[in-house]
Amino acid sequence: MITVALQTQTRTETLVRVEHLRKLFPLRTGVFARARSFIHAVDDVSFEIKRGEIFGLIGESGCGKTTTGSLLVRLLDPTSGHIYMRVPSHPETNSQEEQYVDIATLEGRALKEFRRNVQMIFQDPYESLNPRMTVFDIVAEPLGIHGIGNVYEREERVAELLSLVGLTPPESFLFRYPHELSGGQRQRVAIARAMILNPSFIVADEPTSMLDVSIRTGVMNLMLDLREEFGISYLYITHDLAVARYMCDRIAVMYLGKIVELGPTEEVIQNPLHPYTRALISAVPIPDPAVERQPIEIKGGVSKPIDPPPRCRFYDRCPIATERCAQSDHPPLEDKGRGHFVACYEI
Amino acid sequence: MTKRYPVLHVENLTMHYLTRKGEVKAVENVSFSLDKGEALGLVGESGCGKTSVALTLLRLLPENARFLGGHVYFFRDSTDEAHARRAVGKPVKILLDGQEHQGRLLEATRSHLVLDASANGRREQLRLNRQDVARLGVDLTALSDEEMRPIRWKGISMIFQAAMNSLNPVYKVGDQIIEALQTHLPISVPEARERVAELFQLVGLDRQLMDRYPHEYSGGMKQRAVIAMALACEPDMIIADEPTTALDVIVQDKILREMRQIQKKLNMSMIYISHDIAVIAEVADKVGVMYGGGLVEFGPSDAIFKNPIHPYTKALMSAFPSIKGEKVKLAALPGEPPDLIKPPSGCRFHPRCPFATEICEREVPEFREHKPSQYAACWNPLSKGDR
Repeated sequence: MITVALQTQTRTETLVRVEHLRKLFPLRTGVFARARSFIHAVDDVSFEIKRGEIFGLIGESGCGKTTTGSLLVRLLDPTSGHIYMRVPSHPETNSQEEQYVDIATLEGRALKEFRRNVQMIFQDPYESLNPRMTVFDIVAEPLGIHGIGNVYEREERVAELLSLVGLTPPESFLFRYPHELSGGQRQRVAIARAMILNPSFIVADEPTSMLDVSIRTGVMNLMLDLREEFGISYLYITHDLAVARYMCDRIAVMYLGKIVELGPTEEVIQNPLHPYTRALISAVPIPDPAVERQPIEIKGGVSKPIDPPPRCRFYDRCPIATERCAQSDHPPLEDKGRGHFVACYEI
Repeated sequence: MTKRYPVLHVENLTMHYLTRKGEVKAVENVSFSLDKGEALGLVGESGCGKTSVALTLLRLLPENARFLGGHVYFFRDSTDEAHARRAVGKPVKILLDGQEHQGRLLEATRSHLVLDASANGRREQLRLNRQDVARLGVDLTALSDEEMRPIRWKGISMIFQAAMNSLNPVYKVGDQIIEALQTHLPISVPEARERVAELFQLVGLDRQLMDRYPHEYSGGMKQRAVIAMALACEPDMIIADEPTTALDVIVQDKILREMRQIQKKLNMSMIYISHDIAVIAEVADKVGVMYGGGLVEFGPSDAIFKNPIHPYTKALMSAFPSIKGEKVKLAALPGEPPDLIKPPSGCRFHPRCPFATEICEREVPEFREHKPSQYAACWNPLSKGDR
């Protein structure tokens, strides 16, 4: 475990630093069979998230964005790589002192302590809440797990959180069950549960994609407000580029386990460089019939990254691939200025 | 007068579901029309009744549904013999020289259509020359189940939500379409195979894929196969319920563009049902916005997106982020969609409407034309200045 003591806090400091993260899933042909091949779900991914930043992971289904999110909260153990995160050195005291911890290797008590700082919001609020628990039980559960407060303090804190996420008056929600709530209200309960331990980092996996438009906006604005108020950082996972543009400060576009492009959201969306990002952005429908889009065609469909050959993951579909792309490894992310990184030999 | 070529007139459609909790007022007084070659986008949030409208007009309702009123006129050329025979004794609409006649069809001979057009106590019988009559519309709600069957697939076919999961996993995809073809058309197996090959080509699938099983298809390929199946009997109209919702954006874009091309090529009418107004903006010529079981606004797509009349339409649009244009803070709509067992009185949108006045709570607004061919049900319509 690598620890570095830190004293100061600034707005631009790095909260999470992911280095060469990999996760391979073995494909077995039978229960006792040896794995012969692997799905390279996350393959050598590196990025940083600043304090108070909303960092978006964008991509189509199967690109590895959810796996990355699960690795960052250690719901999955990485195959290799490091995830450094700033956590309080002494969580029991109110000391401001912080240290970087490589959470990829945490175990036992240290892992539990780390989990106080990191929470997750899932896509489906109909499945992520226990139907047999009341709203109070759901939101207070993290307090119980970490042994914080007595019953009265917990009730007070839960009520405070429910008001914060817009479930007012909180008394009318405390003892209701999830089935009595609408989708938007349920997702607010999930957000309250995620917020109750004052985390510094939240992984939000498609938190609004199950919600209706008129409800979705309220939940998105709530998450933005919470960032403003508490300086929380989010890893925001979504397939919807319009949502990403609304929510995220910076985005990374993933394709078959690799980040192919990374940069400030507006810069990437208005000026995409990677051929995959270009095709992806050109395919997003615009809610205005007066706008004519010029879609960029790419051939083929998304496959699975099963033992991918050692070359650019996008090679088979790429309209600008050359001999060099066929001969070389997957290209590294290269800085093109203004914090805009692209993994492509031809750009 | 410009020549109108209607395919569908829906008038005051009302349908409720009986449930243990009470009566769900799922479709209330919905009226719209669709011409040949036009694409209509029905947009609204979950539970607003958009799928129920489709099921009602195709008469595919579950047992607990109660059809409570309204007419669905489905038009075809008056020279279509089977269509005219089916219409005898039924309420019909007849389009002749740009004029619309309504009544009960008494007789359809080779040369004439005899129409009982009695109305308001006045008895009137019309004898119309069949060659002059352009379109004959029969009220689908008056047909028996037996008479309705040929309308489905050949008249109107439907692509159901998550239809790609509706392919039978133990039959080859091609065989499933052949079966559908043989059920509806007198066609031999080799002919049907040839037709399926044509259809596969039309929707961008390799013909070799005919002899593969659904699990060998990707999501996009399955959706294409389902579209091919809907096109199989050359329907006048297709209803596509969330045809691309489960697909990734690049595949969605390709399929929507292909559907649009096929629609133009075959001069077919389409109803797209979607919650995504960006998708509707791309494919639809006309837009119908639904809220709480009712159609709140209907009209040409350009007009509705530029100058919506109903506050809900506007709210829906300003809640939608885009990757184009200036980045603005999205306005969240307060409250929740209505419970259709106990819907709000008056206008169903009034509890969430920023412009609601006292009358909105009391009386249901009439669905009427506010601007040329732009209809809305609202007491306080938005003027141009509000946007």
